[in-house]
Amino acid sequence: MAKSDVKVLGAWPSPFVMRPTIALNIKSVEYEFLQEDLGSKSELLLKSNPVHKKIPVLIHGDKPVCESLIIVEYIDETWSSAPSILPSDPYDRATARFWAAYVDDKVFPSMKEIFIAEGVEAKKAAIQQLVDGLILLEDAYVKCSKGKPFFGGNQIGYLDIAFGSYLGWLIVTEKFNEVKLLDEAKTPGLAKWADIFCADPAVKDVMPETDKLAEYAKVLAKMRAASK
Amino acid sequence: MSEEVKLHGVWASPFSYRVIWALKLKGIAYEYVEEDLSNKSALLLHYNPVHKQIPVLVHAGKPICESMIIIEYIEEMWPDTPLLPTDHYKRAIARFWIKFADDKALSVLRRTLYTTGEELEKAIKECLEILEIVEEHGLEDKKYFNGEKIGMVDIAFGSILYWLGVNEEVLGVKLLEPHKFPRLHKWFHSFQEVPVIKENLPNRDNVISFLKGRRETLEASST
Repeated sequence: MAKSDVKVLGAWPSPFVMRPTIALNIKSVEYEFLQEDLGSKSELLLKSNPVHKKIPVLIHGDKPVCESLIIVEYIDETWSSAPSILPSDPYDRATARFWAAYVDDKVFPSMKEIFIAEGVEAKKAAIQQLVDGLILLEDAYVKCSKGKPFFGGNQIGYLDIAFGSYLGWLIVTEKFNEVKLLDEAKTPGLAKWADIFCADPAVKDVMPETDKLAEYAKVLAKMRAASK
Repeated sequence: MSEEVKLHGVWASPFSYRVIWALKLKGIAYEYVEEDLSNKSALLLHYNPVHKQIPVLVHAGKPICESMIIIEYIEEMWPDTPLLPTDHYKRAIARFWIKFADDKALSVLRRTLYTTGEELEKAIKECLEILEIVEEHGLEDKKYFNGEKIGMVDIAFGSILYWLGVNEEVLGVKLLEPHKFPRLHKWFHSFQEVPVIKENLPNRDNVISFLKGRRETLEASST
């Protein structure tokens, strides 16, 4: 499969964009990364994702696939030679999907809430909400990993990708708020997992550097303040 | 598959019905357990400690939560009468529309159910925009979203549109009009004529009373 047959439309700071790129790396599929300027979306993006006009989009041949976790499933099914990304057992797959949905529906909004919360009390409440979610994920990690390094077992799987893609932003959140979110006391399993995940060959080249992300977050915060 | 299947649900919930339709389409025998959400059972809290919600499917003692995740599980365990296409690309498209149904259509349905005044007007406007997107991009010229037979996407949208339709009566507002949304309107009619769907709908009058009662409480508390 020639490199240009697989394209990913994305933007480097986006956690969602990391999901398909990690998946493609796991499958050793070569792809072309097309960086989008979200202030001025390309014709290709608008044509490929007319409903949401959002990244990431995977373009395989001439067929666009949208929505990060749906792209991951597509990658897993299409390049079906090992290693698998989703678990093989249907119950484990349902569990992985459940927690991935939890990460997107609860954990990510809690993280965003911390950035936009105004005042000490609101920030504290938002941080507590996130921590409560992370404690649930710690429990899920223990159950899913069964003593192995990843949610997916010996290798990165669907849920590792779903949650791990947020780690860059989680670290930035910790820095900005001077708080430990994944720590050895409350979430020992996840604290270790985070390091192993970020160091994995499929991840390390696509995980944005924390300093770069922090700078980007500051720019976003300024823009938000200016637009009020 | 002789292990026991139980479904914990609630009679007035579109999410319950999604799972019922999937089970019935595949001819899977199951026991239905009606839950009382105002007084949640210890069993429900045990099976779904994170969300404490229905539906929950319990198969051979193991709980699965979240309606569309339950249906993907059912699809994988009982592959006869497939509810998803086999082609990988078509599956990705189907999953896209299932996500759209749950992220966008459901959220706007909720707002048409639970808001009043200006917020309700806004919700109604958004609802029409969502229907327009599905009309334009979702159905194409297929009989059902899944092709010649109904599948997961039809179930996802069908449940939402049924409750939307009942709410239209409660609000006295027509939303899914045939001249505005000809494809969607035709699809919804065909969907409701599918025997499994037709024979497994809640009592419409009961749902109307239920929603009317809720709206009255809502309006009383907002004045």
